[in-house]
Amino acid sequence: MANLNMYQEEFHPSPLVHTWLEFRKSHIAVLGLWVLAFFISMVIFGPLIAPFDPLMQNPNAFLIEPAWDANGSIRHVFGTDSIGRDLLSRLIYGCRMTLGLSILLVFLSMLVGVAIGAIAGMSRGVRSSILNHLLDSIMAVPTLLIAIVIVGILGVGLVNSMWAISLALIPQFVHNTREVVRAEMQKEYVLASQLDGARRFHLFFYCILPNMYEMLVVQCTMALSVAILDVTALGFLGLGAQPPSPELGTMLSEGLKVAYKSPWSIALPGSAIFLMVLSINVVGDGLRSALRNRLSH
Amino acid sequence: MMLAHVIRKFNLLVLTLIVLSAFSFSLVYLFPGDPIVNLTGQRNISQAHYDALIQMHGFDKSYFHQYWYYMTNLFDGDWGYSFSSGLPLWQEITQTFPASIELSSYALVLSLLIGVPLGFLAGFQHHKPADFGLLAASVIGYSTPIFWLALILILVFSLQLGWLPLSGRINLLFDIPHQTGFILIDIFLSDSLYKSAAAKSALQHLIMPTLTLTIVTAAIIFRLTRRSLIDVMSSQYIQTAYTRGLSNFQVVMRHGVRNALLPIVPLFGMQFAVLLTNAMIIEVVFSWPGIGNWLIQAINQRDYPAIRAGMLAVSTLVIIVTVSTELLAKLINPELVGKIHGKS
Repeated sequence: MANLNMYQEEFHPSPLVHTWLEFRKSHIAVLGLWVLAFFISMVIFGPLIAPFDPLMQNPNAFLIEPAWDANGSIRHVFGTDSIGRDLLSRLIYGCRMTLGLSILLVFLSMLVGVAIGAIAGMSRGVRSSILNHLLDSIMAVPTLLIAIVIVGILGVGLVNSMWAISLALIPQFVHNTREVVRAEMQKEYVLASQLDGARRFHLFFYCILPNMYEMLVVQCTMALSVAILDVTALGFLGLGAQPPSPELGTMLSEGLKVAYKSPWSIALPGSAIFLMVLSINVVGDGLRSALRNRLSH
Repeated sequence: MMLAHVIRKFNLLVLTLIVLSAFSFSLVYLFPGDPIVNLTGQRNISQAHYDALIQMHGFDKSYFHQYWYYMTNLFDGDWGYSFSSGLPLWQEITQTFPASIELSSYALVLSLLIGVPLGFLAGFQHHKPADFGLLAASVIGYSTPIFWLALILILVFSLQLGWLPLSGRINLLFDIPHQTGFILIDIFLSDSLYKSAAAKSALQHLIMPTLTLTIVTAAIIFRLTRRSLIDVMSSQYIQTAYTRGLSNFQVVMRHGVRNALLPIVPLFGMQFAVLLTNAMIIEVVFSWPGIGNWLIQAINQRDYPAIRAGMLAVSTLVIIVTVSTELLAKLINPELVGKIHGKS
């Protein structure tokens, strides 16, 4: 549309539109966005699409091969597992559980992390120093270790592993928020607001936060891929979601018992996790380079 | 300035370690069950013995006393006993931890050898086919769930092709005495008649776990290196070097590589925590007798003293490594020192 330039009018997109235009230039990133949209639609509409109940056991259909196999049936497109549960339904519910939970976890960690980061970035002296150093040291402790300790205290379970993962995600948000807030506080538009008598609360929500949205979105995509890998790893190790719940990592460790006879019970949940994380990383990379291009122009 | 900074970092390290040890002490109370049993790991003991333990660890005095006794015991090497095996925890940790460190360090060295040169290659070829190909491979590499990758490798190389052993560290026929905990060094030090056969077996067992770790870690290191080089190559002193008539090779070797490596050294330190976590996860898959496998078993058996001791050992190592790489990065690049305190 921009080719037919009849008027001598310049096109000045808003920052958000500009980022989107840059993002669209990368076809792979757009493809990743479509795949991610597919998975998110699974999260929302999963129960409507799934042909069977994910927990329903069919005693007449143990370990049926997928539909593309000679022995498979179209009734169970991805086959069934060792106690006759439909794998397609379990996968759909598994995506719903794994991705849905991860999104929730990232959102929670973001709220807490940005709040702490804003306080740390805007305050000076002892309080800021304590916040920074304490969090930097937590950041070094591996998630798995935090999860093991929390599971030791509270017992095995999905909710307990969620605490561990969100605890592990928070420091990254705090760190980045703190850096952005510190950098923005030096700028003159903030000073102008300060001279107008804006308080710190106002300053953060009306001046600094709008400049942070893009950083936060990029940070969220990174945190989301970490969260999915953590949720599934803990499920796989038996520290998170417990069987029979359809969590992708838990399904993988269940499939392990029959791996020699039905490799697809490992291949399918694994590829689902892989595709999910891949699409998120591709979108994240696309966003980052779009932002970089926008800022360099 | 530099010395002050080193002292400051050292203080921070000591402070963090004290916080960690205090936290691990508080786990004694936080874990279910009797605190003194959780601390010592001695169950089913007589009342007299129980009272003696309370006396010995200061549990009839204030929390501060208890923590003091706890710390002195830690430094004496008395970490308590495991519920499940009944062995001293210090002994168990010194046997399992080196196995994890061995695995991670081989993987780290390999990833650096693969990731850094490829990162430079992709950086020079920015926005050319080689760059896109490598970038795609790296995105695939670090998007793969590590336990799934390990399972696929096992399915292909052990079960289908039968090339490599399925699990463990060395064929059980070999009896290698435990000395350093690093299997290859132990084999070298041992006076076994079958040294070369043992070494071959150990190497065969090492291939798959190391490869799994390397794929994921090299992908991350590749990305860090590539981004850093691209940033450096667009800076002004590179342009200046070109205008002075230096050849492409000279510019890259004299100005590009060194300046690109500087900012990523501290990032490698941060990768160590990720690497160790990944190692702990795949130890479970490969039945590698390392600290991750040991901790997961401990949690399955509700072995609270073991969880506490393992957590303390792993986190102490991770924090020491992270802080020292940070310090190292600042020693070779003093420009960073000011930035940390916000005096830019």
